Amino acid sequence: MSDIVKVPTMAEYMAQGKQPEVLFWVGCAGSFDDRAKKITKAFVKLLNKANVEFAVLGTEESCTGDPAKRAGNEFLFQMQAVTNIEVLNAYEVKKIVTACPHCFNTIKNEYPSLGGNYEVMHHTQFLKTLLAEGRLTIEGGMYKGKRITFHDPCYLGRANNVYEAPRELIQKLEAELVEMKNCRRNGLCCGAGGAQMFKEPEKGDKDVNVERTEQALQIQPEIIAAGCPFCNTMMTDGIKAKEKEASVQVMDIAELIANAQDL
Amino acid sequence: MAFLPNIIFAIVLILGIAYFSRNVKKLIRNIKLGRDVDVSDNKSQRLKNMAMIALGQSKMVRRPIAGILHVIVYLGFIIINIEVLEIIVDGLLGTHRIFSFMGSFYGALIGSFEILAVLVFVAVVVFWIRRNIIKLQRFWKAEMTSWPKNDGNFILYFEMVLMALFLIMNATDVQFQDMQSGNIISQHIATWFSGFSDGTLHIIERSAWWLHIVGILIFLNYLYFSKHLHILLAFPNTFYGKLTPQGQFNNLKAVTKEVKMMMDTNVDPFAAPADNGEVPAKFGASDVQDLTWVNLLNAYTCTECGRCTSECPANQTGKKLSPRKIMMDTRDRLEEVGKNIDANNGEFIEDGKQLLDDYITREELWACTTCNACVEACPVSIDPLAIILEMRRYLVMEQSAAPMELNNMMTNIENNGAPWPYNQMDRLNWKNEQ
Ligand code: SF4
Ligand code: SF4
Repeated sequence: MSDIVKVPTMAEYMAQGKQPEVLFWVGCAGSFDDRAKKITKAFVKLLNKANVEFAVLGTEESCTGDPAKRAGNEFLFQMQAVTNIEVLNAYEVKKIVTACPHCFNTIKNEYPSLGGNYEVMHHTQFLKTLLAEGRLTIEGGMYKGKRITFHDPCYLGRANNVYEAPRELIQKLEAELVEMKNCRRNGLCCGAGGAQMFKEPEKGDKDVNVERTEQALQIQPEIIAAGCPFCNTMMTDGIKAKEKEASVQVMDIAELIANAQDL
Repeated sequence: MAFLPNIIFAIVLILGIAYFSRNVKKLIRNIKLGRDVDVSDNKSQRLKNMAMIALGQSKMVRRPIAGILHVIVYLGFIIINIEVLEIIVDGLLGTHRIFSFMGSFYGALIGSFEILAVLVFVAVVVFWIRRNIIKLQRFWKAEMTSWPKNDGNFILYFEMVLMALFLIMNATDVQFQDMQSGNIISQHIATWFSGFSDGTLHIIERSAWWLHIVGILIFLNYLYFSKHLHILLAFPNTFYGKLTPQGQFNNLKAVTKEVKMMMDTNVDPFAAPADNGEVPAKFGASDVQDLTWVNLLNAYTCTECGRCTSECPANQTGKKLSPRKIMMDTRDRLEEVGKNIDANNGEFIEDGKQLLDDYITREELWACTTCNACVEACPVSIDPLAIILEMRRYLVMEQSAAPMELNNMMTNIENNGAPWPYNQMDRLNWKNEQ
């Protein structure tokens, strides 16, 4: 595995008087969370491999405001949104891809009425088009025949009706895609959404991520595939709580594809 | 004297309908206590949703057993009520089975009503068993005690009795039985009455006839007090249901205005606010009047089926939050406010209570993951999450009463542009890390 990645910024493109094909919105988790940073890197490697002209905002990126909005702080959300929109519009951004369903949902659905209109894609959708256009090829490689289940992120699935792109990618790996009893629109939340990620859960008899992990373990997967850095953390913690680290891995779809390519 | 039954019938009918329309007016007034919201867009999509979800019951059948049984009861009930039309005409004119001149068509019609009546009866019995013998979990949650629990059963008994009356009425109608057309089911029931004299049969038939129509009027008036209001409100509710992606939460316009002003360098921040007579907006909701009228319509439409609660991750893991309870509490509080208005000559007098804390606790509100499972599960397009979010907005923006960890998270966003205490200048460091 090489760790050399090309990550140009919007500012650099601007300096050369050029526009990238797409802006990669990294998100807070993707920028700062140790586990999520690996997902970011895996996705960037795929972009590099496919020769996609992309750019990031780097230090000019700021939280989309999603957790603030879902916690009820509309002020803070709109402050964040308006600030981000100003930056994006100044760079004349047209197309955005992100590996975080929360950023995806917020920018796609909640920014337009505040003046931010962009074509927004989840990284699984973007990877799918790269494949369709022949810019990226996947071989099953190390995941051939493995039992993989996909945990639907609420903000990708129910929130935006994206169910198939991540599944198609898993199938491209020639893996055995197995479904949990509750999947697609009936998928159970990992427990992180609505700002729960940042607080202790209310009193109850179980943690949501443990419940969801148990549902996944019922179908004995070797890998739980995720499409959201927060789901990834929650499911990873769930696997630890069930002491299954030795037999079950939690991986983002971008990581699966990058690993299969030996990137 | 000969007209006495007709007159009594007319009086009963008028009273029944008058009381019903009084309650409908109250219902509309209460719903209008909510804030206005513009839902005049996309009429064709809305009509389609109404046709599919309310009329076509498309979301009911996602749980096939309950769904199909419900379709039977629903269709049966509507279709059999065509018979009520004949009853009303007969009752007012003093005629007997006025539509029977249609001959074999009439027979086919009544015959199919009879079959439906049996199907409805059976379906209702199965519903009763699911509720009371099998004790399906979702009917036995904390909020399903006392009235809500009885209400569910009352209506089942009601439907059983109405269907039985319809069949008995046909079975003991000598003239109808003699027609030998359309008595598919009732001819068998008629054998139970074979030893009875014509006079007795007539009395039974008349009693069943009267009880049937009176029963239907009582049913109509029971609706307002029951979860069965959904029979009517499912239609407007699915029409006004959310059309945007489920993940899209509305952007508060009042906030946008203030944010734009704060960010606009041309505006003098110390200038006195323009006095245009606008009442400063209250952010979020602490009581029913702060919710939109669509939220309130949702509350009246809730069937208390509990599909939302059974899909809720918080509820499944033992937290207090139950989206069904959110809807039931909203309706109960709205009813309380409505009664207050009735008692005080049309004006609401502060009663020291509100939806927040007196009905819905903070613990419930903060347990929500905003996952939309409840919204997806609801067969009549109710959005419990919208109410939860409005109440969180009140807690955070009017009361600064978020849990401490969330306040930390928000302070981080404010200061560093991330929910964690990292420096924004370090955002691209991952690039060079191993
Ligand atoms: S959105 Fe909230 S209330 Fe609705 S199912 Fe999810 S956690 Fe429960
Ligand atoms: S909100 Fe919808 S799903 Fe929940 S109890 Fe009411 S009708 Fe059923």
